[in-house]
Amino acid sequence: MSPIAVGALKVFAAIGLMLGNGVVLIYMLRKVLGRLHLRHGPMEMGPAGMFQTLMDVVKLLTKEDITPRAVDKWLFRLAPLMVFVPSLMAYAALPYSDSWRITSLDSGLLYTFAVLSLVPIGILMAGWASANKWSLLGGMRAAAQQIAYEVPLLLSVLPIVMLVGSANLGTIVEAQQGTFLAVLPRWFIMNPLFWPTFVLYVIASLVESNQTPFDMSEGESEIVAGFATEYSAMKFGLLFLSEFSNGFIVSALGVALFFGGWSLPWIPASWYAAAPIIGPAIFIIKTYIGIFFMMWIRGTFPRVRIDQMMQLGWMRLIPISLAWIVFSGIVIKVWS
Amino acid sequence: MVQSVTADHIVLGLFVVIGLIFVPLTVTASHLLAPSKPNPRKLDTYECGSEPVGPPWVQLRVGYYVYALLFVVFDIETVFLYPWAVAFDRMGVFVLVEMLVFITILAAGLAYAWKEGALRWR
Repeated sequence: MSPIAVGALKVFAAIGLMLGNGVVLIYMLRKVLGRLHLRHGPMEMGPAGMFQTLMDVVKLLTKEDITPRAVDKWLFRLAPLMVFVPSLMAYAALPYSDSWRITSLDSGLLYTFAVLSLVPIGILMAGWASANKWSLLGGMRAAAQQIAYEVPLLLSVLPIVMLVGSANLGTIVEAQQGTFLAVLPRWFIMNPLFWPTFVLYVIASLVESNQTPFDMSEGESEIVAGFATEYSAMKFGLLFLSEFSNGFIVSALGVALFFGGWSLPWIPASWYAAAPIIGPAIFIIKTYIGIFFMMWIRGTFPRVRIDQMMQLGWMRLIPISLAWIVFSGIVIKVWS
Repeated sequence: MVQSVTADHIVLGLFVVIGLIFVPLTVTASHLLAPSKPNPRKLDTYECGSEPVGPPWVQLRVGYYVYALLFVVFDIETVFLYPWAVAFDRMGVFVLVEMLVFITILAAGLAYAWKEGALRWR
């Protein structure tokens, strides 16, 4: 097959994964939040409400698409595009397994952060074009918080790149193979040098993907639905699909950086060759476990104030991550 | 190596192209399936049911602008650190010292912004 046909198939696979994630994650969110609130969550559509999100997709497709009179028409239509395309592109560099990759970029980690940082432009565009005060506030907050935490996010994972000597996500996962003390996996989360890195990464990635307790951009009890207030039907659907997809991306990055990606140390290497599906399956399951923790946080923590969040980012996380880069640089050099 | 890089870049290009086609396609599909019965009330700006007061594009606090300026500086400097980190284990102690100088300048800039009160949300 020509490289273009192969590439197109890969892109459709990524779209399929993104849509599948959207459907599964929304159902999972409702169920998990429901359980945390001592409710059942959706129960009517199919066994245990399993088809609820599928019916929601049908509803979004057949709903009237309202474009309010006051909006800036072109920016209003362009914004879902500007939010959706970068989220989709973020699937390109993830290491699903040693043989299943969409691309194997040497700058994969930097690339993923780069495309994710395009999302706030789309959100700001949506907020501005809606000609609505709630939307404008939400869009501005989203842009402010995502650019504030962009820097600590990039800085926080730098020690891992320094140790591995590559920003290729596949190489980073390969560096975490094997075990020590016979049973413990050689994941980076087991290395005390990366514990502060992990804490910084979790905080910064929750902000980057607009997760509670940092979801001021769409805080429904303050500013209705934030940047999405004036959107309806499929445009709204696409905005929120990207939202859930970004949650998946940061969780998948966390799995690749700290939890050994597609590998489980107790599975012999020959199994991966015999059944190539094992690697991606382990990767997706680990990612979903990460997302479960994000939902747990969402169900239990109150939303922080915007001034608290901005000052935490600039006055705490950036100095700490800079200091940690220096410290781990010295430790790595002394070690080797 | 060069071969695989070009193939990867074709895939990334296709991501942009197909993404740019996919979104209008779904929105158009929803337009074909959905009813359209606009009326003046429905097309009003939604501000919790009351008539919007004043222009929608209000002035926002200056803090956003200050943070945006700071971000441009720090983000670019952060990107400079990545090539250094990739080459870190292949080079000697001298690279570490050089980067210490760079990070010190960065930290001094942050300290100055802090002292001037630019990091405080106002």
